[in-house]
Amino acid sequence: MRYLPHSDADRASMLATIGAAEVDSLFADVPDSAHLKGPIEGLPRMQSEIEVERHMSALASRNTGTSAAVSFLGGGAYRHHVPAAVDHLIQRGEFLTSYTPYQPEISQGTLQMLFEFQTMVSMLTGMEVANASMYDGSTAAAEAMSMACRVTGRNKSIISGGVHGHYRDILATQAKWTTQEVLLAPVDAQDTEDLTALIDANTACVMVQNPSSFGHLRDLSKLAEACQAKGALLVVIVTEVVSLGLLASPGSMGADIVVAEGQSLGNPLGFGGPYVGLFATREKYMRQMPGRLCGETVDANGKRGFVLTLSTREQHIRREKATSNICTNAGLCALAFTIHLSLLGEQGLKKLALLNHAKAVQTAEKLEAAGLRVINTGFFNEFTVDLGKPAAALVDKLAEKKILAGVPASRLYPEAKEVENLLIIAATELTTDADIYQLAEVLK
Amino acid sequence: MSMNTQGRPTAPDLKVANVNDLPETVLGHKGLVFEEKLLFEQSSPGTCGVDLPLAPMVKSRLHVLKARESIGLPELAEPQVIRHYTRLSQKNYAIDTGLYPLGSCTMKHNPRLNEKMTRLAGLADLHPLQPASTTQGALQLIHELADWLMKLTGMPAVAMSPAAGAHGEYCGMLAIKAAIADKGEAKTRTKVIVPESAHGTNPATAASLGFTVVPVKAEADGRVRAEAVKAVLGPDVAAIMLTNPNTCGLFERDIIDIAMAVRAAGAYFYCDGANFNAIVGRVRPADLGVDCMHINLHKTFSTPHGGGGPGAGPVVLSERLAPYAPVPFVVKTGETLRLIEQTTEKEAAKSIGRLKGFHGQMGMFIRALTYCLSHGADGLWQASGDAVLNANYIASQLKTIMSQPYAGYCMHEALFDDTFLKDTGVTTLDFAKAMIDEGYHPMTMYFPLVVHGAFLIEPTESESKQAIDDFIKVMISLAKRARAGEADHFAAAPRFTPRARLDETRAARQPVLRWQASTLSKSGG
Repeated sequence: MRYLPHSDADRASMLATIGAAEVDSLFADVPDSAHLKGPIEGLPRMQSEIEVERHMSALASRNTGTSAAVSFLGGGAYRHHVPAAVDHLIQRGEFLTSYTPYQPEISQGTLQMLFEFQTMVSMLTGMEVANASMYDGSTAAAEAMSMACRVTGRNKSIISGGVHGHYRDILATQAKWTTQEVLLAPVDAQDTEDLTALIDANTACVMVQNPSSFGHLRDLSKLAEACQAKGALLVVIVTEVVSLGLLASPGSMGADIVVAEGQSLGNPLGFGGPYVGLFATREKYMRQMPGRLCGETVDANGKRGFVLTLSTREQHIRREKATSNICTNAGLCALAFTIHLSLLGEQGLKKLALLNHAKAVQTAEKLEAAGLRVINTGFFNEFTVDLGKPAAALVDKLAEKKILAGVPASRLYPEAKEVENLLIIAATELTTDADIYQLAEVLK
Repeated sequence: MSMNTQGRPTAPDLKVANVNDLPETVLGHKGLVFEEKLLFEQSSPGTCGVDLPLAPMVKSRLHVLKARESIGLPELAEPQVIRHYTRLSQKNYAIDTGLYPLGSCTMKHNPRLNEKMTRLAGLADLHPLQPASTTQGALQLIHELADWLMKLTGMPAVAMSPAAGAHGEYCGMLAIKAAIADKGEAKTRTKVIVPESAHGTNPATAASLGFTVVPVKAEADGRVRAEAVKAVLGPDVAAIMLTNPNTCGLFERDIIDIAMAVRAAGAYFYCDGANFNAIVGRVRPADLGVDCMHINLHKTFSTPHGGGGPGAGPVVLSERLAPYAPVPFVVKTGETLRLIEQTTEKEAAKSIGRLKGFHGQMGMFIRALTYCLSHGADGLWQASGDAVLNANYIASQLKTIMSQPYAGYCMHEALFDDTFLKDTGVTTLDFAKAMIDEGYHPMTMYFPLVVHGAFLIEPTESESKQAIDDFIKVMISLAKRARAGEADHFAAAPRFTPRARLDETRAARQPVLRWQASTLSKSGG
């Protein structure tokens, strides 16, 4: 077996040193009834790279990837171009095969990168501090809800109807099984909701998404004021992080916690994961944050260096009193995010955001010219059209022609019958004129 | 000074005690060890590492919002970015660099075939919300990995979506909570038994779901006795969370009796599968009586640790917990695969709900299935055997010079305490730092908490005999030096690293979590 370095002679010599007759005798503590006498039946035997590759390639070929189709899919995961340097760098073994930087003297590479990541996330979101990443945007939202409850000492969260359906489901699951409560506002396809009236003395947070799941853009300043007046936190979710190159940051609009899905930068679609969750907040709530934090310090010679810090919040110290049970972050995905954003820089990100918006505007204009109705007043790179007939059936049919026309709203909100005619369409820098032409042809 | 025949020196003529004693260089670089500034300090405004096509001229439709304020991102071209992250990478210890005996983390080799497979067209570029007709291969892949995990554990169901081990714990404990609620016992069963040696995530998870944690002690041999569990079992107990093999690297001998007692008391048995690598392919947790167990794909199934994630934590479930599995899950009818995404669908009527966006850590599923196929059942049998062999080989040679809290064979990790360092002035931390100078990543230290000054050494099956012999030689040498009164040697370690010991107290007391144009120190990167 190519990954196992011992020869039979090595094993025999090691057993002799131990004084054991065979490897099996080292498993003496295993009860007899549970101790298998040989490899498990009904599973294949070891295979060469050639055979494994053949099997996996066959599975891959049964899918129609977005690069082999015309794709306008978004809905919380976006097809962007990842510069070649990103994948090259994240596959360096020193990044790929290291672990949590428990020993900072031999982990400065990961630690400095995390410090840069935290800085970039703070800048993008317009917040004071950020953590070293979470599993993904959706689970970060669940952590934000718990944190809001801890900070305010209240237990009810108001969730906007413009929040991604999966995120709403996760928050509902968490509330169902804990003492937290959620008030799920009705699905807000038309961008008409006003949550201010719902905020009361028991509200821990109001959670909104910008751009919303249907692509609407919101000025959240008024909502932030309303939250502040009632002592509730404003949590802003961003599922398309490229939008932050063009839109006013959540921090500038008064957000208290910002959670975002960072997949758009550096990370492939990959059928939904692994992705990278961004989590940022105000400095005064720093010690209530979940997840890992990297901080600056000095070494014994006075030189700047980086360490994991404020770990007294975490489970390995606090056990049942921890702020969260989180024990890991999304290191490699955070690295990909950081490298992509480093390559883009200030101007590159702004240009990328502008290009995304322009492609979406072109798409919307073409569809409107074909007689379709875009329901958004404003949008970034994703908008919603009303097809006048159920979107899911049409999307399924178009998939046969390798046209992935968008996400039917019913896929994210199956309970909301009123959205079943809506199709959520995203364009990115990878969208071509030919793609737009084809989409307009099949939808008109 | 020794020289070759051309008069070129071939060996240095002085011994340097500490790289920091070397004369300073102009920029602080020391040969291949570079001082690397933060990216923000290298910005050259007006440069960019990405060229993009020109945006078409359109009328903006952003409407309502005010404009983006300045962000503050640094600006660099591609060569500068590549050099920066290449230099940073060289400041990391990694499995690819050397033996990484971090106990309970299973730092085994990460096969590169796994990486190649995740990048296949049709997998890497697959959107999670495509119609199922265009993702049949991906759903089949999840189905096949699920089948492996069920057969390796003997369990009838598996929830694939949890993002990491701790997320898997949350999933499993939720399923238990739901099962208890279904029996009308939600109000009465409020306690969860957790051994004191457990990983911190266990009590944290139980507490986050409103359970009260009841600790249970292990006996002098490092194992929990069935009698001790029975003594705290009662109608108010929801579950036990037991790690097996446990965090001391020992197989819980009473585990079947414990499982039977837990079941008889109407409670559930959550097994923490962090240490599954010791027994994978040799012992099926179902045969031990567990109700659910998470599997860290980044440990046992070789998906890369990536500097701290991403992980993946599928949870296998017993018959009595299977109905509560979270959405989404894959259902195969004939040759057609479907994704059940909503609790309103009949297959998910009792589901606890959704725990994660989309369908789980697909990239990790691809790697884990590639690992399973590469090994086969026979390769996994051999792998767990070698992992346990390596740990026992280390234990057998270090037990006389270091000190073992528990006698007898261990599983895949060898545990020592700091008794052998008594009165030497050397701590476990000092010892670990001296290991760094010898070219090793230290073992897990000070965990499990129940063992004083713990050294938890997990070599994994990936190390050759020669590599392990070298490691043993170093450990023996360091133990001898500690006992010989060379405490100063340890206190000054590490010497040969890009940084000496870092001031963690300062980091926590005056937290600086981001760079600012006027950040606290200017001593260079």
